[in-house]
Amino acid sequence: MSQPEHSAGTVQDTANPDREALLADLARVLPAAALLFAAEDLKPYECDGLTAYRALPWVVALPQNDEQVVAVLKVCHARHVPVVARGAGTGLSGGATPVVQGVVLSLAKFMRILEIDPLARLARVQPGVRNQAISEAVAPFGLYYAPDPSSQIACTIGGNVAENSGGVHCLKYGLTLHNVLKLRVALMNGEVIEIGSHALDDPGYDLMALMIGSEGMLGVVLEATVKLTPKPRTAQVVMASFDSVIEAGNAVAAIIAAGIIPAGLEMMDKLATAAVEDFVHAGYDLAAAAILLAESDGTVEEVAEEITTMSTLLEQNGARQLRISQSEAERLKYWAGRKAAFPAVGRITPDYLCMDGTIPRKHLSHVLTRIAELSTEYHLRCANVFHAGDGNLHPLIMFDARNPGETERAIAFGAKILELSVDVGGTITGEHGVGIEKVKQMCVQFSREELEAFHAVKAAFDPLTLLNPGKAVPYPRHCSEYRLTGSAR
Amino acid sequence: MTDRIEEFRSRILERKPLRLRGGGSKDFYGGPLSGDVLDTRGYSGIVGYEPTELVITARAGTPLAELESALAARRQVLACEPPHFGNATIGGEITGGATIGGAVAAGLSGPRRAVAGSLRDYVLGVKLMDGEGRELNFGGQVMKNVAGFDVSRLVTGSLGTLGLILEVSLKVMPLPVAQATLRFEMPQDRALDALNGWGGQPVPLAASCWQGDVLTLRLSGAQAAVTAACEKLGGERVAEAEAADFWIALREQTTAFFVGDAPLWRLSVPSVAPPLDLPGAQLIEWGGAQRWLRGAVDVTQLRETAARVGGHASLFRGGDKTGGVFASLSPALMEVHRRLKQSFDPYGVFNPGRLYPEL
Ligand SMILES: Cc1cc2nc3c(=O)[nH]c(=O)nc-3n(C[C@H](O)[C@H](O)[C@H](O)COP(=O)(O)OP(=O)(O)OC[C@H]3O[C@@H](n4cnc5c(N)ncnc54)[C@H](O)[C@@H]3O)c2cc1C
Repeated sequence: MSQPEHSAGTVQDTANPDREALLADLARVLPAAALLFAAEDLKPYECDGLTAYRALPWVVALPQNDEQVVAVLKVCHARHVPVVARGAGTGLSGGATPVVQGVVLSLAKFMRILEIDPLARLARVQPGVRNQAISEAVAPFGLYYAPDPSSQIACTIGGNVAENSGGVHCLKYGLTLHNVLKLRVALMNGEVIEIGSHALDDPGYDLMALMIGSEGMLGVVLEATVKLTPKPRTAQVVMASFDSVIEAGNAVAAIIAAGIIPAGLEMMDKLATAAVEDFVHAGYDLAAAAILLAESDGTVEEVAEEITTMSTLLEQNGARQLRISQSEAERLKYWAGRKAAFPAVGRITPDYLCMDGTIPRKHLSHVLTRIAELSTEYHLRCANVFHAGDGNLHPLIMFDARNPGETERAIAFGAKILELSVDVGGTITGEHGVGIEKVKQMCVQFSREELEAFHAVKAAFDPLTLLNPGKAVPYPRHCSEYRLTGSAR
Repeated sequence: MTDRIEEFRSRILERKPLRLRGGGSKDFYGGPLSGDVLDTRGYSGIVGYEPTELVITARAGTPLAELESALAARRQVLACEPPHFGNATIGGEITGGATIGGAVAAGLSGPRRAVAGSLRDYVLGVKLMDGEGRELNFGGQVMKNVAGFDVSRLVTGSLGTLGLILEVSLKVMPLPVAQATLRFEMPQDRALDALNGWGGQPVPLAASCWQGDVLTLRLSGAQAAVTAACEKLGGERVAEAEAADFWIALREQTTAFFVGDAPLWRLSVPSVAPPLDLPGAQLIEWGGAQRWLRGAVDVTQLRETAARVGGHASLFRGGDKTGGVFASLSPALMEVHRRLKQSFDPYGVFNPGRLYPEL
């Protein structure tokens, strides 16, 4: 995506004496190859998946062991230099966007799977291990790592922990939060703590709950033990299409009301379906207003029973077409489109912004109607991809950054969608994190006192506010500015 | 209800130690009790329940039994089966006792925990009153939410030391369609091997209990899956009514193993930990991950044994609490705990000493 540089600070201030002193200190604790500081070497790190925001850091550090991470943190702590941890940089909210005059701490070299214990059903891995690499490594034991973000071939477990990432199978198998047992974490002052255990709980406060989804602001994950799940014997997916989003929404509610928690329950609207069909040729119903994918997994008997029940419910709720995958290849083909929804939309527009609110499902049709109205108002197309089971909605706002003012319009449109999510009792982010992208909308969702509490939580881990500062939790002045622009309630 | 809130606030603003209490069913749990009682039971009621959204929201003083009956009427459950203690709804009567606020503060889960997840896994949001008397909302009523640090799960299991929980939202699950309970004669080492082996296979395990060379296993899920598993695993099938009573009695700790005055220790260990060579009788749940021990044991030996296999021990009921109830924390971890406590409860009002003497 070609996008404008939205934030200042892209100019590198090479002459700054603080930078020179920092480099000298870091050179003492890291091998030369593990330090990047030339402008052309820093460039690949200037943004994450939210390319609308860019900044060049002073330095990128690529340590290869715990001692080096701790040493880098101690140097930065002593010099009061901000640090931004980075995994694969696939984050969609700017969590890994560098801080100007700061250090990017890349965990890219932490790629080892340290231990697989099939009997205990756990794997101990370094933070830079890719999500999918875990499932691949444990497949011979009939196990897998359940959370499956669509970015799973690239994103790292460290990033997953920081964002509490989800995937299309999280309705049944849980989010990252439910699948991590233990973490080893370096605090900003260089101290290393262990959180969680290989038992099912540990004494004291649930710091694991704080670490997961902390957007790299509380500590640097050095190691994670994740829970492995037995691979279901079989899985099948029903693909149903509907003439209206309301019918599709009712069908989802009917499945849940019948006591079924499908392994996956996903929806795409017409525009999204068209984009993915063109990309993967899965045979989706292009005339439908909405497509629903409902998966069942388990034993052969169990799946047969659940698929029959779900098919009946889908039909009763007005499905115009119903197709049940007849082979593993077909099942994967039906999913391929949904999993490739973001890149597929990326093909039909020069740029897009991916929103991530969660809403109580009963408000789906109201929210989609309102998004359609906003789309007309802002003259920007918007495709909708929906984790229908858990209410997590991804409107994809399409724009062309080369047209003057269009990026700003897309961002404003996105802000309206986030506010709408809060208005109907939901949240501004279900799984992508607040980062820098949604930091202002935090002022809509939380009171000043609640935001103060978040700052206090951060201070409990990082009293000097050096780890990924300025992300996720706004300061009161951000909120007063935001409210002044009349955008917030 | 707003006058209740004002009453709570004015008590908190007196800045004197308070002992937050629902039905008092878990008075036995945690460190010594101190402070004047603040009773949450007047602040009660289910605020919202949407079966098709899988979410229920209730005020802290709501009896756990009331919440469970509301769910049962729509064929839903709290999948982690939090124990009531003191008043199981035996015979379907609601008799007060445990409140949902107390259950969340204690953070305890029942027999299904190893498979279904813990209470904390199902907490979606809380409304909390902090030490300054401010009402704070964290999390929400939706299943996926990463806006802000996850304070609602932080306060789960914090034994009321971070604030007064006013309201909680929980994710609920459908009642399993089919259940079956099987019984096997088995020594401890074989039972642990079997449980860990089954855990790695797609078997619809729901709960397990080993005691006195008998392993009791509960299966739950789709009818077809339960039937297939019963055939595969063998064992002796326990009649439905007897099985239901057994699992409730286990959850409520009313079985013979738990009765009497001998101290009850809880060892939370990796499920694959070998049989622990300790004096006293043991009962094992959660596929091997939760081991109960009765008897006056040497505390140091017990804690070391648990730590050696990667777990920890806590004094659950009875015994001498002066040696500490929960395993101690490393200095760096305790420092983070102290700072968190300080920020939510700057005047040391909430349940001082209930979790650790320092907090
Ligand atoms: C095409 C596409 C599809 C996607 N689909 C999904 C999806 O289905 N579900 C979903 O949840 N997300 C999805 N994402 C978002 C993204 O992939 C996830 O947020 C992912 O977890 C980020 O991992 P990463 O390694 O790329 O982290 P990065 O982007 O490098 O970093 C993300 C955050 O994690 C922090 N961090 C990284 N490593 C560490 C560490 N070791 N210690 C502490 N903090 C650390 C960073 O500071 C930053 O705040 C998608 C993204 C793309 C581009």
